[in-house]
Amino acid sequence: MTPRPATPSAIPSKLTVNFVLPYASELSAKEVDMVIVPATTGQMGVLPGHVPTIAELKPGILSVHEGNDVTKYFLSSGFALIHANSVADIIAVEAVPVDRLDPALVQKGLADFTQKLGSATTDLEKAEAQIGVDVHSAMNSAITG
Amino acid sequence: MKSVKNIQKITKAMKMVAASKLRAIQTKAENSRGLWQPFTALLGDLPSADVKKNVVVTISSDKGLCGGINSTSVKISKGLHKLNSGPEKETKYVILGEKAKAQLVRDSKKDIELIITELQKNPLNYTQVSVLADEILKNVEYDALRIVFNKFHSVVSFVPTVSTVLSPEIVEREAESGGKLGDLDSYEVEGGETKGEILQNLAEFQFSCVMFNAVLENACSEQGARMSAMDSSSRNAGDMLDRLTLTYNRSP
Repeated sequence: MTPRPATPSAIPSKLTVNFVLPYASELSAKEVDMVIVPATTGQMGVLPGHVPTIAELKPGILSVHEGNDVTKYFLSSGFALIHANSVADIIAVEAVPVDRLDPALVQKGLADFTQKLGSATTDLEKAEAQIGVDVHSAMNSAITG
Repeated sequence: MKSVKNIQKITKAMKMVAASKLRAIQTKAENSRGLWQPFTALLGDLPSADVKKNVVVTISSDKGLCGGINSTSVKISKGLHKLNSGPEKETKYVILGEKAKAQLVRDSKKDIELIITELQKNPLNYTQVSVLADEILKNVEYDALRIVFNKFHSVVSFVPTVSTVLSPEIVEREAESGGKLGDLDSYEVEGGETKGEILQNLAEFQFSCVMFNAVLENACSEQGARMSAMDSSSRNAGDMLDRLTLTYNRSP
């Protein structure tokens, strides 16, 4: 594994982002201006020089800002680790670019899971249906927002 | 002579099959290498952590004829067991794969917690491994998980490796005593009720990511080892065939 750069004394101008998924390294040591991650406490913006943080992620949009370009990915869940040397690691279980989400299927999924939540009896079924509702409503707001 | 020729054909065919399977899995394994690196950057890999409850997860293949890789994994697992035994310390095994099961059941039967086989029935994917990791975490009490597998360096080189995943309590302990994990406390932890809850989730996620990479690397090593084992047996069969042909032609 390549060793990580040491913490510089001055705040660097760019943030180095590693965005990894189980089956691919989506972004590897990419220099960007800012990323916005969907933490469980809400959308969190990360700039160079951010305080070191460990954040758990909920389903939502990750946006990567580079100059005037913004790339948006929908994440299922994961962790974001921000280090003192302005390196941000985002590890997600599943991620797709937002333009690959099909609105019709998302609506259908949302309706299905809401119905399952209503008719769920055991705690396990309720939990699974709740997760489905959460993910689909996040996808919905991702497409419309 | 005919039988030797047939064996040569079979081993050549097995080598080709292994080569094609290797090609398919190799890209997956290389892509998954980025997965555990952020965790190691944050938490480090501390094989020397002194803990009470060790769990050795040995990854091996189900099928044989793959050279010596399974024996090396078992040797290392047994070595870890010996290294970590002593008063108040215990080591348990979790076995993935038939070959390690066969070897470890013979002398360490009482230390085996969980045995999982037929891992590669369906192509390996993250969902399957995370369910597996969940099972292990649920059923086994651990302070440190040591995953033993063969890391795939190239078609002819597989290095037995141990990846260590520590439980959150041990991570706290090591962070307090300074050293590599010393600046873990400087990290703000967002969300959740307590810091401990997030660290617990982080440790579980780390385990499933490290397992995923380990299982893929071991699968690659298995195919590579099978390729070279079959290659050398084809060559031996060829030599034997030549010698037999000469003897046959010489005798009246």
